[in-house]
Amino acid sequence: MSVPLAAPDPTLQSFGQDPWWLIGGKVLAIFVFLVLTVLLSMWVERRIIGRMQLRVGPNRAGPFGLLQGLADGVKLALKEDIVPRQVDKVVFVLAPVVSAVPAFVSFIIIPFGPTVSIFGHQTPLQGTDLPVAVLLVLAMASMGAYGIVLAGWSSMSPYSLLGGLRSAAQIISYEIAMGLSFVAVFLFAGTMSTTGIVNAQADRWFAVMLLPSFLVYVVTMMGESNRIPFDLPEGEGELVGGFHTEYSSLKFAMFFLAEYINLATLSALATTLFLGGWRAPAPISTVWEGANSGWWPVLWFLAKLWLFIFFFVWLRGSLPRVRYDQLMKLGWKILMPFSLGWILLVATIRGLRNEGHDMTQVAIWAAVVIGAVLLLSIAWDLVGRGRGDGGEIVPDLDGGAAPEAAGGFPVPPLDAPHYHGVAREGADVTAHKEVASGSH
Amino acid sequence: MTGQEIVFTLLGVVAVGSAVMVVTTRQLVHAALWLVVSFGALAGGYLVLTAEFVAWVQVLIYVGAVVVLLLFGIMLTRAPIGPVPRSGEDDPLDSGNRWAALAVAVATAAVLITVLVMGFRDSRIRLEAGGGGAEPLGGSLFRTWVLPFEVLSVLLLAALVGAIVLSRTDIGAEDDEPGTDIPARTGGPAPDGGARVGGAKTGAGTDTGGRTGSGGSKGGGAKVDHSAEIAGAETDVKGGDGKAGAAEGSRGGADGARGREEGGG
Repeated sequence: MSVPLAAPDPTLQSFGQDPWWLIGGKVLAIFVFLVLTVLLSMWVERRIIGRMQLRVGPNRAGPFGLLQGLADGVKLALKEDIVPRQVDKVVFVLAPVVSAVPAFVSFIIIPFGPTVSIFGHQTPLQGTDLPVAVLLVLAMASMGAYGIVLAGWSSMSPYSLLGGLRSAAQIISYEIAMGLSFVAVFLFAGTMSTTGIVNAQADRWFAVMLLPSFLVYVVTMMGESNRIPFDLPEGEGELVGGFHTEYSSLKFAMFFLAEYINLATLSALATTLFLGGWRAPAPISTVWEGANSGWWPVLWFLAKLWLFIFFFVWLRGSLPRVRYDQLMKLGWKILMPFSLGWILLVATIRGLRNEGHDMTQVAIWAAVVIGAVLLLSIAWDLVGRGRGDGGEIVPDLDGGAAPEAAGGFPVPPLDAPHYHGVAREGADVTAHKEVASGSH
Repeated sequence: MTGQEIVFTLLGVVAVGSAVMVVTTRQLVHAALWLVVSFGALAGGYLVLTAEFVAWVQVLIYVGAVVVLLLFGIMLTRAPIGPVPRSGEDDPLDSGNRWAALAVAVATAAVLITVLVMGFRDSRIRLEAGGGGAEPLGGSLFRTWVLPFEVLSVLLLAALVGAIVLSRTDIGAEDDEPGTDIPARTGGPAPDGGARVGGAKTGAGTDTGGRTGSGGSKGGGAKVDHSAEIAGAETDVKGGDGKAGAAEGSRGGADGARGREEGGG
């Protein structure tokens, strides 16, 4: 409210005019915001999960245990940094960095608010914006997959390798469905820049208008974040710790950091693309004119962001882990065809509207088409159930049974070539040093 | 030279240099990582040329998906992914096709360079911001170049269908199925263990054959053994109670298309 209402909503042209100190300040603010969000969301998660499980949760460090995240961070940093003897050192050290850096980068295009005045400069509350901003987020998400897959490979451990591979397959699969869920948003917003998308939701949120896309995004969001119910890459019942089994101390902390930043990024992206970004929810903005100007929108943005983070935690408290083939089936056989069909429908409606057809008639026909598809799928399901192959667990008993040496217990394959190496002369990757570094 | 040109040249040097590293490094996984650097430099080049949409799509698809799949393939197969010694005769990284590959690469580069030089010798394109955004690109793709675009789509579709056909053994000629000889080659654990758990030796044997065969037709039978083992070990952990049988064989084959993903977990 401190700014006159004349300040217009930012567009793509509002960027690139900041002085250097403002750019540096924005980047620093986003960095600090992300670190604080991570520390806080760790505490929030443990407290909420505690409540859900009728426990107290961490309440010792600081008021209400608020400093628990900080304490955990310090503890991790002071732990011994173990580098296993046979790892590929360069990649082993690089992997956590590759995992954490893209997570930070993608937050630069998230709009926190409209144009505000900072020390006399009119500037949008957003790091920067690109004509293809959302693509940047997708690209950074896929870069983050490298951290995980390389961590899995360089650890030279079967558990890590399997975790890394699972994660790579999962992230790539779900990224396709995620990208498809964005297409409808792009079609309606007419742009890929996040400011443009937020501006396009001035009247109605895309979560309302494009509900199927929103639902698909929420599911793929779970898949991308490697969290329950899709946390197969680190399923501790099967893979010890998954890709980070061999990591400790700060390197492990960086994976942890990356996971929680990704959580925040995915939530912020969902807020921006589907829940109107920093725009106030309908009852507030209709009653109060100033809700969408000045610094107030930061509040709405944060509220929506934390709503999503709470949703993540809630799911973690309620859902069991799915099986890997179910995960893949959901991604490839349900989400993707569904998204493609939905995009077809949305594009048709958009095209008809551009041609100037009567929208009520188009809406009726769209409803008819959706109904027909639903009926068909139900009929298909009924017929399919008759055949008795719907979702039944049929164990694969091919070739993968336990080796005799393990006494019949199921163990992962222990003879992958790089575990014992192909005549290991290349001493550069196998330096014989027990403990590389450590604080105590 | 302007600053842009210097940056562009440097990016080109990085791209070519890391591409050379891809084919000379002794570590297959490092080769894939050098490929990431090369693709990244290429994306940087696109950015300098103001084609930001293409640049991010390059990062998203080539860096983010293609190389990850490549790594995935390297790690799942019996490719030599440890450090490989430089030895004469039985060097696993030495290929008899080395010189043929070099000739093909040089010829391709020569053709491309010739076409570019002949086609654009005197023309200068003025770069302006936004010229390579999604809108101009989409416009030219779907107006001017729609036919080549569609032809390419059909080509990709054909490749997709071809991959599915190759990876499925329950369709096509019957004699293609190497149902009996492959399990022997994969080594002891596969058929024995399968029979012990499944209680149906022939059924399990056929199953292994189907799956390994599916991989074999994908290219390089020896490569896929490991993936089958991983997938098998995994499903075993999940606790099959032994409903095997002859019907399983066809299912294992049919799942070949999903093999890549399932192999991972």
